[in-house]
Amino acid sequence: MNHVHNFDAIVVGGGGAGLMAALHLTRGGAKAAVLTKLYPSRSHTGAAQGGIGAALGNLEEDHPEWHAFDTVKGSDYLGDQDAIEIMCNDAPEVILELEHMGLPFSRTEDGRIAQRRFGGHSHHFGEGPVRRSCYAADRTGHMILQTLYQQCIKNNVTFFDEYQVVDVIFSEGRCAGVVAYRIQTGEIHIFRAKAVIFTTGGHGRIFAVTSNAHAFTGDGPAMLFRRGIPLEDMEFYQFHPTGIAKLGILITEGVRGEGGVLRNHDGERFMERYAPTMKDLASRDVVSRAIYMEIREGRGINGNRWVHLDATHLGREVVETKLPDITDFCRTYLGIDPAVDPIPVAPTAHYAMGGIPTDVDGRVVIDDWKTIVPGLYAAGECACVSVHGANRLGTNSLLDLVVFGRRAGRHMAEFCKQADLAPLPADAADATRETFDRLFSGEGSETPAQIREELQTVMMDHVGVFREQAGLELAVEKVRELKERYTRIRVQDQSRVFNTDVLEAWELGNLLDVAEVTAVSALNRTESRGAHSREDYPKRNDEEWLKHTLAYRTEDGGIELRYKPVIITKFEPKERVY
Amino acid sequence: MKATFRIQRFDPTKDKKPYYREYQVELDPTDRVLDGLNQIKWYQDGSLTFRRSCAHGVCGSDAMRINGANGLACKVLMRDVGEKVTIEPILGLPVIKDLIVDMEPFFAQYRSVMPYLVNDEVPPDGRERIQSIEERERFDDTTKCILCAACTTACPSFWANDQFVGPAAIVNAHRFIFDSRDRAARERLDILNSKTGVWRCRTIYNCTVACPREIQITKAIGEVKQAILYGETTS
Ligand SMILES: Cc1cc2nc3c(=O)[nH]c(=O)nc-3n(C[C@H](O)[C@H](O)[C@H](O)COP(=O)(O)OP(=O)(O)OC[C@H]3O[C@@H](n4cnc5c(N)ncnc54)[C@H](O)[C@@H]3O)c2cc1C
Ligand code: FES
Repeated sequence: MNHVHNFDAIVVGGGGAGLMAALHLTRGGAKAAVLTKLYPSRSHTGAAQGGIGAALGNLEEDHPEWHAFDTVKGSDYLGDQDAIEIMCNDAPEVILELEHMGLPFSRTEDGRIAQRRFGGHSHHFGEGPVRRSCYAADRTGHMILQTLYQQCIKNNVTFFDEYQVVDVIFSEGRCAGVVAYRIQTGEIHIFRAKAVIFTTGGHGRIFAVTSNAHAFTGDGPAMLFRRGIPLEDMEFYQFHPTGIAKLGILITEGVRGEGGVLRNHDGERFMERYAPTMKDLASRDVVSRAIYMEIREGRGINGNRWVHLDATHLGREVVETKLPDITDFCRTYLGIDPAVDPIPVAPTAHYAMGGIPTDVDGRVVIDDWKTIVPGLYAAGECACVSVHGANRLGTNSLLDLVVFGRRAGRHMAEFCKQADLAPLPADAADATRETFDRLFSGEGSETPAQIREELQTVMMDHVGVFREQAGLELAVEKVRELKERYTRIRVQDQSRVFNTDVLEAWELGNLLDVAEVTAVSALNRTESRGAHSREDYPKRNDEEWLKHTLAYRTEDGGIELRYKPVIITKFEPKERVY
Repeated sequence: MKATFRIQRFDPTKDKKPYYREYQVELDPTDRVLDGLNQIKWYQDGSLTFRRSCAHGVCGSDAMRINGANGLACKVLMRDVGEKVTIEPILGLPVIKDLIVDMEPFFAQYRSVMPYLVNDEVPPDGRERIQSIEERERFDDTTKCILCAACTTACPSFWANDQFVGPAAIVNAHRFIFDSRDRAARERLDILNSKTGVWRCRTIYNCTVACPREIQITKAIGEVKQAILYGETTS
């Protein structure tokens, strides 16, 4: 028996992007529901620390054009400039909307929203750092998530908590809804809708060391990819320079924004050598590579695979009031006090620049001709607009969520006014049933956890900060071997009640698909750009590679790569120095 | 270190009542209790069920009783619990399976206190509302709540009467009552002045001890009680 629900719009995911879309859908008069595998307040938006960028100019002169230039440069000229302009122009207004909703931003002396420096953000087109990141202590994401959730409660948004979306339904060339697995009961539910938006977040769990939640398994991109939607620029994956060594837990760039510096074993502030102007606040790809180089050349702390992030000169007052959560993480997980001891840090897998291709209204675009699938939308980390190009600047993801979550929500509300429900195919849930029957009945000898661990190791070793041909080939081959072994896994838990064993196994299938696309896209791109750094092709090559990758799944389960042009408006590609 | 986990198990589809099972795991003293649970789930017994996501104490998924005390499994390290650790679900909410409890009653109480800013006047220039650093500081502590339920399910008054809104809901009401921008303090105070409101709090401090975010919950509840009695808020 099928449980079937009818809505105007379905929002898959309850993080910053999803809740922003849901709010604007509801305000636009649409009957919308949010389906999330976690309670909305558990979404990973809540983990974001440092801030959200907007040229409010509360502390010094700033302009959206400067913000746009920094974003384009940060993207290593791969970002689409029309989208970047929209994001940076909308930014001040959206930040004020959040304040009006009640977001408790930290404040300046005169009671305005406080702002601080962040990597890659500059005044006068690169002349020096600017205070652009609006923050609420070091729990900005937590405050955004809470505020949006509160407003959803106020506006009576309908939630289906702990419903995991496992497939998308298409009919007559349109999106017709989604199929969900209700976690508490194991029932399959069909949600029909005129419009569906995917906001499922990132997929850092393809790597061994990551700042990402266990739930960041790339469900949205993987699901759509298997249904024929391409994935864009998946080779561009950001490693944040300062994760707690070995654990990967993030130490916000805000520490450097407040004046913290990186030091090697000799105590040297080594970023001065790599980025004379922006130093420790150069963009993330640059800093992560610098740390790797220091470690490689034997200048890690005591020869270990980490360096020090030194905030000891900032004084206890700054550390404790501006960075309270960081202080807490250091105490809890390292047993140190950042006001006294330097923090051991190394790059950690952090953010997916690539994802589901969309236009500036969140509509999923499936080729280089702006072809859309009516009713299908995406926003947030799982989407690729593309505003981040080859490397995202800090504070620009939270901004991306709220700007494009809002635009998509508004567009969907309008779309729902003139659309009707697409017919529901009779077999809409059959594929899902087969998938879960197969997972439950698997008799093989492979353990999902073992496969996941091998996947994370090979991706970290060969598709990480530095890459080269042989390593990438090895990674592709390994992922394919793991995919083959995945067909022989066994799920132990046979209960239909809250079966996280079967869901983890299903998520592993997503990790494998997303990892394969990442490795294949990286192997093909024979240049270095932003976060994609090929040791065998160390230079950016605009002549051949100033273009976005689109990866499609082929009939036989392989991957076909196509490309589409980058949109350039104001800023011509230049060499990138910080 | 070799650790022994003694875990309360229950699957409603086959068990009449909860029972305990023991597992041995090899862990580092700096590993989280959550790492231990993951090791068991991934390599020994896939049916062991618990919620988790962020793994560093910010999402509120994995509140449980660890050696009898409420905490987040991802924020308690093995060296602090020793070689033998007993894991049980938080108390006072219905158990769905193993360490998973039904969170619905908890979120219903949260929703009952109007946990959102009420204020439709937007500054004429469309800019942010002005709030001084001191005004912002007034409710800073209670903005940290991650809705993990560790406090509410550590509260004897809540165990005695599950209609009590509980510390977490009061914390979230406090966050708005003392926000200079809010206009609905009176309504929230009326809600909390009811039979199931703040007066059920007997100042036992369990909540404050249990809070993984170190929110001064008992103090916040005290401030709400004061506001009800003397009408002192910032708004
Ligand atoms: C530690 C950390 C710090 C960061 N700090 C910053 C910062 O300071 N500034 C900045 O700009 N960016 C920062 N980022 C990046 C930014 O926080 C994330 O990119 C962003 O929050 C992602 O938001 P989202 O809405 O796309 O996804 P999320 O907030 O993670 O939401 C995803 C939602 O999708 C749901 N979901 C997933 N799969 C399914 C499924 N199959 N079915 C149903 N629901 C599903 C989940 O339940 C969840 O509700 C940080 C990231 C991390 C990890
Ligand atoms: S897993 Fe997020 S709080 Fe523990």
